[in-house]
Order: sequence, then C-alpha cells, then structure tokens
Amino acid sequence: MAANMFRQCPDSGLFFHKSAESLMKAHAVFGVVYLLLGGFLGLLVALTRMPSLHILNAEDFYLALSIHGTAILIFWIIFFEMAVLYFASSTLLRSRPATPGIGWVGFLLMVIGSTLVMVAFFRGNSSVMFTSYVPMPAEPIFYLGLILFAVGALIGCFIFLATLVVAKQEKTYDGSIPLVTFGALTATIIAIFTIASGAVILIPTWLWSLGFISHIDPLMYRTVWWALGHSSQQINVAAHVSIWYAIAAIIFGAKPMSEKVSRTAFLLYILFLQLASAHHILADPGVSSTWKVFNTSYAMYLAVLASMVHGLTVPGCIEVAQRKKGFNNGLFEWLKKAPWANPVFSAMFISLIIFGFIGGITGVVMGTEQINLIIHNTIFVPGHFHATVAVGTTMAFMAITYFLIPVLFRRQLIWPNACKWQPYLFGGGMLILSLFLLGAGTLGVPRRHWDINFSDAALQFQFAGTAITMMGIAGLGGFLAAMGGALFCLIAVGSLVFGKRLDPGASLFSSFGFPMAASCYNIERPGKLGLAPVEQTGDGGIQAKGTFVLALVFLAAFVVYFFINAKYLSSIWPMG
Amino acid sequence: MQRNEHQESNQEEEPVPGMQQLLDNPFMLLFLGVLFPTVFYILWGIMEIISIPAVK
Repeated sequence: MAANMFRQCPDSGLFFHKSAESLMKAHAVFGVVYLLLGGFLGLLVALTRMPSLHILNAEDFYLALSIHGTAILIFWIIFFEMAVLYFASSTLLRSRPATPGIGWVGFLLMVIGSTLVMVAFFRGNSSVMFTSYVPMPAEPIFYLGLILFAVGALIGCFIFLATLVVAKQEKTYDGSIPLVTFGALTATIIAIFTIASGAVILIPTWLWSLGFISHIDPLMYRTVWWALGHSSQQINVAAHVSIWYAIAAIIFGAKPMSEKVSRTAFLLYILFLQLASAHHILADPGVSSTWKVFNTSYAMYLAVLASMVHGLTVPGCIEVAQRKKGFNNGLFEWLKKAPWANPVFSAMFISLIIFGFIGGITGVVMGTEQINLIIHNTIFVPGHFHATVAVGTTMAFMAITYFLIPVLFRRQLIWPNACKWQPYLFGGGMLILSLFLLGAGTLGVPRRHWDINFSDAALQFQFAGTAITMMGIAGLGGFLAAMGGALFCLIAVGSLVFGKRLDPGASLFSSFGFPMAASCYNIERPGKLGLAPVEQTGDGGIQAKGTFVLALVFLAAFVVYFFINAKYLSSIWPMG
Repeated sequence: MQRNEHQESNQEEEPVPGMQQLLDNPFMLLFLGVLFPTVFYILWGIMEIISIPAVK
C-alpha cells in the first residue's frame, strides 16, 4: 500500500505533496535570504547615488552594485521562481513531483553556485557588476558559480516538465492544465532558453578566465549574454503574470475572462518575449538596423501586446467577480471595495499597475531604436527595470508569500498592521525611485556611475540642478523602498520562526524545508482536478467597464509619453 | 485553481482544435520557444557579427 504523502490545507483546499512542499519552502527561504542581502546593498547604492550623501567610496560602490544586481536579478528571483514551479506543477495539478531527489540536487547546485559567486564578490576581485562584460575579468569561481547555479535551475525546469508528464499519465486532472500552470510553463520555457544562452557564453568566459581561451569578442559576448541577462527578466514576467491570475482566483474567486485569449497571450510570450533582449544592443554599431528593428519593434511589440492583454484581463476578471458580488455602482465601486488592507491583494495590484504604467510604457520607449539614443546607458534604464522587476515581479512574489505563509508553512503572519502597510511603503518608495531615475536619465545622468559630480575627474562636467535634485529624490525613494523590503523580510522570517502555528505539526524546522510531522500527511492521492467551468459569455456588452476605462487611460498615457520622447529627440538632434 | 470538482466530463466527443492541441503540448511549445529566439536573435545576430570584416 502506498504511503500517504499529501496533506490538504484546511483554509485554501490546496493539496501539498510532502516532497514538493519541502522543495518549495527551501527555495523560497533561500530566495528571501538573497532579497535581504541584495536589498541592503541596494540601499547603500541608492544612498551613494544621492549627490548630497555619496556614502561609499568608488571601490565599495562597485562591489555593492555588483552584489545588489546579481543577488536580486538572479538569485532572489530564480530561487523564488523554482518554488513557484513546484507549486504550479505539484500543488495545482495535485500530482507527486517527478524525481524530488534530483530536485534537491538542483537546489544544492543553486546554493553552491550562488555561494561561490558571493565568495568571488567579497574577495574583492570580481566587482564586474551583473553584466560582467568582457574584457573586464572576474575570478574563475565567479563564472563557475553562475554556471553551477544555472545547471541547478535547469534541473528545476526539467522537473517541472517531468511533473506535467507524471500528472498527465496519472490522470490527476481533466482537460488542459490550469492557466496559472500554463503561465509557469511559459516561464519554464523562457528559462530553458535563457540558461542555454548563459551556457553558450559563460562556459567560454570561464575558460577565458582560466587562461584556456585567449580572447572573447566583446560584441559577441554582449549579444549572447543579453539573451541570458534580459531573458532572465522575462522569466519573471511570465511568473508574476501567472501569480496575478492566481491571486485574482484566490482573493476574488475570479475566473479568466477568456482562457483562449490569456493562453494565446502566453504563447506570444513564448515566441517573442526573449527577442526584446536586442534593445540592449541598439547603440552597438556591429549589428544591422534590420536585426535591431525586427527584434525590438516587430517581435517585441507582439510580446507587449501580450502584456497589455494580461493587463486588461487580470483586473477585468477581478471586476467581473466583484460585480457578481454586487459592487455594481459606477465604474469603479468594484475597485474601491477591493480588500486594500489585505497585502495579498494590495501588493499584487500595485505590482500590476506600476508594471504596466511605468515599466511597460518605458520599456516600449527604450525599445524604439531612435528614441533609445537619448536614454541608452543612462539611469533611465534602472528606472525602467525597478518598475518591472522590483515592483512588477518582487511585489507579486511578496503578495503570494503573504498567501503562502499560512497555507504552505502553516504559520500565522506576525504584525498584522505592518503587513497592511508594507506593500504601500515598498511600492511607494519604488515608485518614487523609478520616476525620478527615469527623469534624471532623460536629462542624461549615466547609470552605474559612482560620482556624477566628477569631483576627481580630469575633465569636468556639471549636470543641470534639476538632474541633481532628481537623483536626491530618487535616493529618498530608494530609502523608503529599502525600509519596505526590510519590513517584508522581517515579517516573512519572523512569521516562520515566531508566527502562531496553524497546524501542530508545523515545527520550526518545517519552516525551513523539512517536512511537517508525519501525521499531517494523511492523503494517499487527492481527488481528480475537474474541468474548469464553462466560460460565462455575458450579455454581449462590456462586462468590465471600469477596466476598459483604465485601459483607455493607459493607452493615452502611452501615446503621450511616446510622443514627448520623440519631440525631445527632435529637439536635441534637429533635422535639416 | 477554482475548478469545479464535480463537473461531469462526459461531453460529446468533438475534435480538439489545432490551436488547443498546440497549447496542450508543452514539448512543442518548448521547441518553438527555443527555436524562435535562437534563430531570430542569436544566430542572426552572430552571423552579422562574424560577417564584419576583420581589421587588416
């Protein structure tokens, strides 16, 4: 007789497999460790880039910037995404995970790899930043660490695919996989391309650092590396959009307005999202405009279309669900009556709005070859990706963490009032940071620059007072965001350690990856996941009128901002 | 996630549309998701770079 390996959460009804939930917990906890480390160093970077404070010397600044970028953009995000993959496959499909033992091997490789990278950083000879452009050398263990981490993540991706096969063979569900799992599949596919690209460029670079290869062409490196560097952020997009759909279902019982449309939008991500990597090469002379324009305009716009579809359908399905509950007055009663004090919802909705309005619009502006010239390599770029990754992805991950601490870890959240305010503190700080970095970048302030006052430079340059002021305000935003991030880490770790047990079997060790008490697992095999209900087609009118108005506001902002930048380009580079 | 536990699945057999067959096939999606960026971004980009004449 097979052993009982599943438990059912009494609050959510979700089924957790013993092995899969341990893997989820271990990956998520390690992700939060890197969020804490990367966030702290991000605070130091922000305070150094405030011209009035400028707290770090140049050497420490580049060390802090290197760790901040790598810990947040790679380690926090991908550790957490692995947890999402186990959740979206094993838990949502009610299936045992495929080869959990190999899953632990993958996790171990990720831990060893990320530790090696951190050792290389702290030894002080590998402050090459997230991009690690050649011919700037890092120690061999830096590249080796990244390669080991990538292999570990690749193992997690293939276990996700294998779990889909197991679930299908063992008939744990009817019909197609759920939309959230389909979104996770999209993230997995992008991750596999991303990691393969990383192997193509990082293995030769590792051999170069060991002296076995004499030369790596910088343009070749940049082109292939960005298939890793930018696509890794596209894994995030697919993952956090999946979490938006999941939270809409969890909080509101919302069903996708159209499964077909949402899945087709994910298909557009699969086909075209990675091609947007080319916008990093737009100012490089070695590749043609045809390559640049095809990848960043024609192809990228199809991926942007997909994001706009998700940006419409996620709030749209929430509105439809709210209206069914009676919140029908006017255009926005459904939104006013949303649970704004519940951090699962508020963090998710802030993620959605700022990702779309700030990250999305500025991303398209950056991806336009001509307009890109006025902001390329300026601090506009970090302004953009703090809206997409720090708010879009990180806040979505924070939102699902608030849901998972009671459901997966079986611990009650500590400090309920702080939980209510944390998304606003972090999101508000990041919004200020992003907006003022975008403004300063438009005025030409460079990214990655230790001292824009050029105090010890042979050639002096004075930025406009407006730009200096904007950098100061951005630093304040960074400070607020760091406080919000620190509060999140305190709440998350504090809840795992001190939170009230919601299940007697939820020991301290079980908060960090060990299984709960054996008595918790009392189900041999969960019931089959049934077909999704047939979509409600409505009465033929617009069901989500408020969302439609929000979409029109978004499009107006998009058009206005695009033409402001085109006008600005014409003024600094007049024709005729 | 909000699936109907008890919904009957004894609907009449209908041919599955081609698009749904594609979306239900993770390995075909994986193939396409690796093929498109490999061809349009990496291979095309590398071909352009290696076709730059070397300095004499």
